[in-house]
Amino acid sequence: MEFLIASAIGSLTAAGVYLALRKRSFAVVLGMTLLTYATNLFLFTTGRLVIDQPPVLRDGVTAYTDPLPQALVLTAIVISFGMTAVVVVMALGSFIEGGDDHIDLPRRDREGPGA
Amino acid sequence: MNHWLVVPVVLPAFAGPLIVLAMRHDLVLQRVFSTAATAAQLLLALWLLLQSMGGEIQVYRLGNWAAPFGIVLMLDRLAALMLVLAGLLGLVIQLYAIGSGWDRRGRHFHSLWQFQLMGINGAFLTGDAFNLFVLFEILLIASYGLMIHAGGELRLRAGVQYVVYNLLGSSLFLAALGTLYAVTGTLNMADMAAKVAMLPAQDTALLRVGAVLLMLVFAVKAALVPLHFWLPATYARAPGPVAALFAIMTKVGIYGIIRFFTLVFPSDDALMRFAADILLPAALVTLIVGQLGVLGARHMGRMTAFAAVGSVGTVMIAVAQFQPQGLAAGIWYLVHSTLATAALFLAVDLIGTRRQGGSLWLRPAPPIVQAGIVAAIYFAAAIAMAGLPPLSGFLGKLAVLQSVRGTDMTALIWAVILITSIFGIVGLTRAGSMVFWRAHESGATPAPHAPDEPQPDEAGFPSAALALTSVGALIAAMAVLTVLAGPMMRFAQDTAAQLSDPQRYIEAVLERQEGVK
Repeated sequence: MEFLIASAIGSLTAAGVYLALRKRSFAVVLGMTLLTYATNLFLFTTGRLVIDQPPVLRDGVTAYTDPLPQALVLTAIVISFGMTAVVVVMALGSFIEGGDDHIDLPRRDREGPGA
Repeated sequence: MNHWLVVPVVLPAFAGPLIVLAMRHDLVLQRVFSTAATAAQLLLALWLLLQSMGGEIQVYRLGNWAAPFGIVLMLDRLAALMLVLAGLLGLVIQLYAIGSGWDRRGRHFHSLWQFQLMGINGAFLTGDAFNLFVLFEILLIASYGLMIHAGGELRLRAGVQYVVYNLLGSSLFLAALGTLYAVTGTLNMADMAAKVAMLPAQDTALLRVGAVLLMLVFAVKAALVPLHFWLPATYARAPGPVAALFAIMTKVGIYGIIRFFTLVFPSDDALMRFAADILLPAALVTLIVGQLGVLGARHMGRMTAFAAVGSVGTVMIAVAQFQPQGLAAGIWYLVHSTLATAALFLAVDLIGTRRQGGSLWLRPAPPIVQAGIVAAIYFAAAIAMAGLPPLSGFLGKLAVLQSVRGTDMTALIWAVILITSIFGIVGLTRAGSMVFWRAHESGATPAPHAPDEPQPDEAGFPSAALALTSVGALIAAMAVLTVLAGPMMRFAQDTAAQLSDPQRYIEAVLERQEGVK
C-alpha cells in the first residue's frame, strides 16, 4: 500500500515536472494537472494510510482515519480545478492573439517593436 | 470578541459580487461604490491599527469554534500595519486607475479589485495555515484577472507565464502544508508553534523539510533570487495601476516568511540558523540582481520591476537576522519600499499614457504633454526608490545598515547595499534623462492634445488631475513617513518586539477560550 501510493505520487510528480517544463502551453497545462493530482494524493496520505476505518471520532472507537486531510483534498481539488480552467482560457487567449502556443515570450518583448 | 476583525475580509467579499452582479453596466456607479468600499477598508484598517498599538493581540474565532479546531483571525501590530498599507495602496491606486481611465479599458476592473483586496486583507489577518493558502489563491486568481486587464498579445503571454509559475507555487504550498500537518497534526499556526516546541528529536527532519518547502513558496511570492524569474515580465506587462498594487503582493511573501519564522519555527534553533544561512545570501544576490536590472533595463516597466526585486532584497537582508532590531528595520523598509515601488510604477505609467502608443521603451521620443509635472513626480518617485534623502528611503536603509552591525558579515552587507545603491541611482537617472531631456533632441514638437489614450467620453471622466494627485498622495505618504520617523520607528520596534515574543500570541489563541463551542 505504502509503496503503491508513494510510487504513484513520485511518477505523477516526475511526469508533471517534465511536462511543465515543455515549451507549448498544452503540455504545460497537462503537466500542472498531473502535479496537482500528485499534490492531492500526497495531502491525502498526510493523515497516515488507514484502511477500512470510519473517518469520524465516536466514544469508544479507537481505530479511525483522519478526516481533516480529506477535507483539505476536497478544497485543493476545487481550487486546482478552477485554476486549471483559468490557465486554459488564458492560454487560448494568447494563442488566438499571438498565433502560436509558445509559453516563452517572443523576441520583441525584450527588444521592443521593430526587433 | 471584536467582530470588526472579520470586516476587512467580508466587506470586499460582498462588494465584489455586488459590483459584478448589480452594476456591471454602469461604470460611474461601479467607481463610486468600489471607491467607497476601499475607503471604508482603509478607515477600518486605521481604526484596527489604533487598537493594536496598545500591544493586545486580538483573536476572532469564526463561528465561535474553539481554537485548534476552528479557524481564527488574528490582529497584532504587524497584521494591522499591513492592513493599513493594503488599504492605502488600494484606495490611492484605484483613484489613479479612475483618473487615468485604465479601469474602463477592460471589464470588471472594480470587482476584481475588491476580490484582490479581500485576498490580501485575509492573508494578513488569518491565523490558520490552510486558510492562508485559500486566501493566497483568492488574491492570486483576482490578480490573474487584473494582470490581463485590457488585453493585448504580450500581456496575455506574460499572464500565462505568471499563472503557470504561481500554480506550481501553489502545489508546493500544499505539499509544504501537508508535510507540516503530517508532523504536527494541526494547521492552526499558534497550535503548530506549540507542537513544534514539544516535538521529539527524531521527528524534526520532516518538520525541517516542511519548513524549507514553505520558505521556498514564500520566496516565490516575494521574488527572491533564484525564484524571481516570473516577476519582471509580469510587472512590466501588467497595466500600470495593477503593477503598482502588485507592489504589495511581493510583500505578502515577506509577511509569510516573517510570520512563520517568528511564530511557528523559532523553537527549533538549527532550523532557524539554516533559514538565516539561506535567506541572507539569497537576499544579497536579490539586491544585486535587482539593481543591476535597473541599470540594464531598456524598458521602463522592466526597470521598475527590477527595482521592486531589489527592494525585496533589502527588506530580506534585515529580516534574515531574525532578531528584533533587524525585524524593525525590515518592517520600516517594507512599508517604505511598497509605497516607493507603487509610486514609481504610477509615475512610469504617467509617462506611458502620454507617449505615442503607450510605449515604455527607453528610446528618444517626442516630448510628452505636462512634461514638467510628470518629470517632477518621476524625480520624487525615483529618489524614494533609490533611497536618497529627503524621502523615507534613506532612513530605512540606515536602519537596515545599522541592524547588521556587529555580525560577521557586516562589511560584505554594507558593501553590497551601498554599491548597488549607486547602480540604482544611475539606472533611474539615465531613464529620466532619456525620457525628459533627450526628448527635445528628437526635434518633434509636443503633441497638441492631452494624454494619449484615455479620451474622455460620456461613459467616464478620465481626469489627468486626479491621476497626478493620487501619485502625489503616495509621495506625500512617504514624506509623512519621514517627518513622523520617530513614532513610526518606535512602532516598528514595538512590532518587532511583539513578534519576538510568540508566547503571548500562542496564549491569546489557545487560552482564555470561555464561551466557545
